Amino acid sequence: MTDPAATAPQTGPLVGAAPRQAALHPARAGELVRVVVLGHVDHGKSTLLGRLLHDTGNLPEGRLEQIRAVSARRGLDLEWAFALDALQAERDQGITIDAAHVWLRTPARSYAFIDAPGHEEFIRNMISGAARADAALLVVSAPEGIGAQTRQHAYLLRLLGVEQVAVVLTKMDLVDYREEVYRRLGTEIEAYLGALGIAPAGLVPVAAREGTHVVGRQGRGLGWYQGPTVLQLLAGLRPQLAPAAAPLRLPLQDVYRFDERRLLAGRIESGVLRVGDELVFSPWNKVGFVRSIERWGPREQQRPYAVAGESVAITLEQQLYVERGQIASHLVEAPVETDVFEATVFWLGHEPLPVGGELVLRLATQQVQARLAALHRLVDLEQRSERRAEAIGRHQIAEVTIRTRHPIAVDDHRRLPATGRFVLVQDGLIAGGGTVRLGAHPDLRPQLSGLKSTHITRTAGRVSRAERARRTGHYGRVLWFTGLSGAGKSTISIALERRLFDLGYLVYRLDGDNLRHGLSADLGFSVADRRAHVRRVGEVAKLLCDAGLVVIAALISPYAEDREHIRRSLREREFIEIFADCPLEVCEARDAKGLYRAARQGRLHGFTGIDAPYEPPRAPEIVLRTDQLSVEACVERIVEYLRGLEAAEIGR
Amino acid sequence: MQPPSEPQTAAVRALSHLELLESRAIYLIREARARLRPLAMLWSVGKDSTVLLWLVRKAFCGHVPFPLVHVDTSYKIPEMIAYRDRLVREWGLELIVAQNRQALAAGMDHTRGRVVCCHALKTEPFKQVVREHGWRGVLLGIRRDEEGTRAKERYFSPRDAEFGWVFREQPPEFWDQFYTDPPPGTHVRVHPLLDWTELDVWEYIERERIPIPELYFARDGRRYRSLGCAPCTGTVASQARTVREIIEELQASRQSERAGRAQDRESEDAFERLRAEGYM
Repeated sequence: MTDPAATAPQTGPLVGAAPRQAALHPARAGELVRVVVLGHVDHGKSTLLGRLLHDTGNLPEGRLEQIRAVSARRGLDLEWAFALDALQAERDQGITIDAAHVWLRTPARSYAFIDAPGHEEFIRNMISGAARADAALLVVSAPEGIGAQTRQHAYLLRLLGVEQVAVVLTKMDLVDYREEVYRRLGTEIEAYLGALGIAPAGLVPVAAREGTHVVGRQGRGLGWYQGPTVLQLLAGLRPQLAPAAAPLRLPLQDVYRFDERRLLAGRIESGVLRVGDELVFSPWNKVGFVRSIERWGPREQQRPYAVAGESVAITLEQQLYVERGQIASHLVEAPVETDVFEATVFWLGHEPLPVGGELVLRLATQQVQARLAALHRLVDLEQRSERRAEAIGRHQIAEVTIRTRHPIAVDDHRRLPATGRFVLVQDGLIAGGGTVRLGAHPDLRPQLSGLKSTHITRTAGRVSRAERARRTGHYGRVLWFTGLSGAGKSTISIALERRLFDLGYLVYRLDGDNLRHGLSADLGFSVADRRAHVRRVGEVAKLLCDAGLVVIAALISPYAEDREHIRRSLREREFIEIFADCPLEVCEARDAKGLYRAARQGRLHGFTGIDAPYEPPRAPEIVLRTDQLSVEACVERIVEYLRGLEAAEIGR
Repeated sequence: MQPPSEPQTAAVRALSHLELLESRAIYLIREARARLRPLAMLWSVGKDSTVLLWLVRKAFCGHVPFPLVHVDTSYKIPEMIAYRDRLVREWGLELIVAQNRQALAAGMDHTRGRVVCCHALKTEPFKQVVREHGWRGVLLGIRRDEEGTRAKERYFSPRDAEFGWVFREQPPEFWDQFYTDPPPGTHVRVHPLLDWTELDVWEYIERERIPIPELYFARDGRRYRSLGCAPCTGTVASQARTVREIIEELQASRQSERAGRAQDRESEDAFERLRAEGYM
């Protein structure tokens, strides 16, 4: 598999070049190459394919007669495209609406052809067809030349990651087989593709209706061309396999507990995984060792490793709480963790996507709320120039910055395509896609994994936690109140502080609103600022807890991820999440600060519960129905919990 | 994209064509279960959906974590039902049999028109059972190489509340991201075998030693290439008595797989109309 001619597309000019032998690629037995056929509408894609199937003996018995009959019924000569245009509407309108997949077997290998529609209206179908292709045949009609969709399709090929492209100039019979047309158009096409970074693997002039240069060389007019036929060109294309010689990426699809095993299921997108490997699960940064790779089936299929492209189920030595969306990798060359990155996106939605627009982003099996943070330029396919805009219109391509609500694990698309690309979902429908470019923003992994900077060394003091506890009579804790505005967090925390102090606790209260006057005076109420505020208060709480205090923190802290982050930064049983659970209607009716009214009237934006989300805790230590319990009852509930905890720890 | 690379370590072997197909089907099955609940699988008892069932067991390490549905027209070849009941017993499957008893009581059969009959005895009871259980996802074993409209299918293919297939409005599907948020009352058909060819199916049956109905093997010089209802499914001339012989015969054949299925031939777009109205 190392013939260099087959690996690297020919880079020199192809037009007028000496007849080149089709790159020989020793096909593996049973190998399949997926080839998408695309180009401008009506440039003859389906006709080329129909002819190719027929001339290689791949049309089923009786199919030719059927096509002849269907053609005759519509008053047409033999219409090769009917071999693929299976839908009634397609045959009646003479266009391809959706991509068909057809197979072609040759003695050496098989091909799956994807006949992509050329109509702009059906670009989503072209993308659906092309995204899985190993290679592309770009079809250009000789009489018409490069069309709008020729350009669009070629650009999308780059984004979709299809690198092998061969060009077929069709309908040469309609330009009297003139070599001059072939040369002129060929130069033009090569220039356009070259600017996109695509070096075409060949440029074949064909007259598909008569079959010239599809498989054979019949026909009179194209004698001046000695290069490969379409079929010969195909033989030089290679399947694109998921890269095994690359860093390991295993996005988790699911976690199963059908029996005593806890199975982590997913497909390896790159690299090799072995039993005994140490894995890190990003972006939560849990670490564990692979105990087994579980394969159900014949014994001979058991192997102690699994490679890129393989769907696996693994078990770990440790019981880790991991879930769908996380990406397992080795500890070295792990993916980047970030909540902001640069990307090239194409937009398929009916309505334009404005700057600031919110949608759902899916990358591998991760799903997260995201926002179009900035639009740097629109790609102009005709001029390839830059255009500034405030929104991405339907079928436009743009360079953008994307922000996600939570950090996600990503790779640069140029390095690892499968974990470096994403789709954008609006109202449950895929409305766009994009490729990730990293480098402009820092990797958050050191922060998220609690490692901070590699240049700062932690120094350990000589006073232990136990010694502090002996001095104060209790361990340090963080009692973290979360809940909607008006749920009673501040009221209860004030009463609780008094009560715990009276009981002899060394206690201190951090109030979210109060701290905004000092610690977070520089922060506003954007999503990023609110999260920064929570993180700061979390850090302060952690320090005070370390000092041996019982810390009461009362903040809305709407995002579960942020609270989880603080929990992870503390020891077990140090973080006590208290959910002040109160229905929105009750909070709104209380409205002590008049904030709900302001939000409803549109004077206050991004207010939790009204036009900003609140993510309730999944498993809080304490839930207080503050609409049903008195302040005193709430306080006693917490005191009881704290006493129970102390008793349990002393008893251990 | 990186050039296809051979694994660096000698001990590691790249995946074969069949392994890639298997792995992808498992990926799709697992996506369906992760994203579309409640989920069910349509099991026609033919070779394709039995291969699908096998893949489900692989995906979930021996378990079948959702019910199977068999639409029984009552005209199925009797051996199919015996085979079905045997596997249900041996593999411990949860099977739901759907049947349009009303239409059968009214005497529905292929003499009323094959397409009419298919719709009444297959599509209608299928609709009823999906509605009754409120499934948001249904796994099916259809393949693109079977027939022209199936060649244009998606892996995750939405059906509207009336079970219609709006082929003009198929959602985009790329980079293994799928349509998985069907509005209430609609469902998604999931097609993990879409990429497989008839030959792939047989080679996989051979590799995995999957039990299939005897009807597929030649008796007196004829065999079933595709299984359906007795009145509408013909046999093809064949000498193949083993899976290996079937594979060899197919490699030499140019006959369409559904050549024996009469309902496809009533008119130019008979099958398309059936499918647009909810057929598999």
